[in-house]
Amino acid sequence: MLGLGADRLRADMNRLLALLFHQGVLDEQFLQLQQLQDETSPNFVCEVVNIYFHESEKLLRNLRGLLMERDFSDYKKMGIHLNQFMGSSSSIGAKRVRNVCVAFRAASEQNNRAGCLRALELLENEYCYLKNKLHELFQIEQQRVLAAGARYPMQN
Amino acid sequence: MGISTESQFHVLAVDDSLIDRKLIERLLKTSSYQVTTVDSGTKALEFLGVHEDDQSNSDIPSVSPNTHQEVEVNLIITDYCMPGMTGYDLLRKIKESSSLRNIPVVIMSSENVPSRISRCLEEGAEEFFLKPVRPSDVNRLRPHIMKTKLKDQQEDKQENKEEELGKPEFQSREEKEEQQQQQHHHLQQQHSNGNKRKALEEGLSPDRTRPRYNNGLTTVV
Repeated sequence: MLGLGADRLRADMNRLLALLFHQGVLDEQFLQLQQLQDETSPNFVCEVVNIYFHESEKLLRNLRGLLMERDFSDYKKMGIHLNQFMGSSSSIGAKRVRNVCVAFRAASEQNNRAGCLRALELLENEYCYLKNKLHELFQIEQQRVLAAGARYPMQN
Repeated sequence: MGISTESQFHVLAVDDSLIDRKLIERLLKTSSYQVTTVDSGTKALEFLGVHEDDQSNSDIPSVSPNTHQEVEVNLIITDYCMPGMTGYDLLRKIKESSSLRNIPVVIMSSENVPSRISRCLEEGAEEFFLKPVRPSDVNRLRPHIMKTKLKDQQEDKQENKEEELGKPEFQSREEKEEQQQQQHHHLQQQHSNGNKRKALEEGLSPDRTRPRYNNGLTTVV
């Protein structure tokens, strides 16, 4: 009963999405991304999210690197990284990550190193959670496509 | 696809963020635009065929012959916050260029700063979009492109008409001027997005014809 499998997987996906929305992890912008995906660009969401992961991890490394410096004082540089992180998070609908960036930026503007460290921990956790959930989402989607494809090879 | 080449407008999108470039490209392609993306203002100017050094010669067109713009650009959409040349700097350079000033420019920004917005609009930007950009924003681009197209067509028409009437003088000067005025008026009435933009247009035109770009000043980035 492969068709049933595809339907059940779709339901699983929707449930996960609903949860993420409810938790505020994702917002409407993520839906916009999905709407931009179609037959001419079938991997759009995955592509963009993977770029986001790649860039975010680089930014997190940079931020940690800065704060771990013994004589750290370049809050301006930190602000630049944070702006970039905020922008990209906002662009894919990663609401909670973005909100932590906002708080982080506020601490940075006050040259509050301890506050920045706390914010960085929080940011790393939020990012981790987001990444895991999005991977889960993509996995379900992949399985669903396979299941649907196996039953109706002509269908998307 | 059945779309005539005339309706395939070409948009140049400028943004230092790769994700945002992907997004805007997808948004524009979904609305049937041809898209070129670049990651900086400098690259945008290169693509448009403008060289910094040529700005100092106001008598000579600022487009260098070897890099003459091969593809027509119908609209430029640029991020505001970029390292090096900001979107605002790019906007100014475009408006200062005799070959590019008629291309409509739209600014995008992730931050809602009213002074920033009005500064851009005063400098000649057609619109200011807050990020993340939505399909409804992209829908607002077409009228700006059409307005420029109509203006270009009108100018072409005038040139052709003047050529036609060049040899035997069929019309007196007064009749010709009246006809030109009527055509102009008629075209203005055809613009659907009426009063608000017209007011903005009229407000802006004195600024656009300001001799600023004829001063031969080289702007340093």
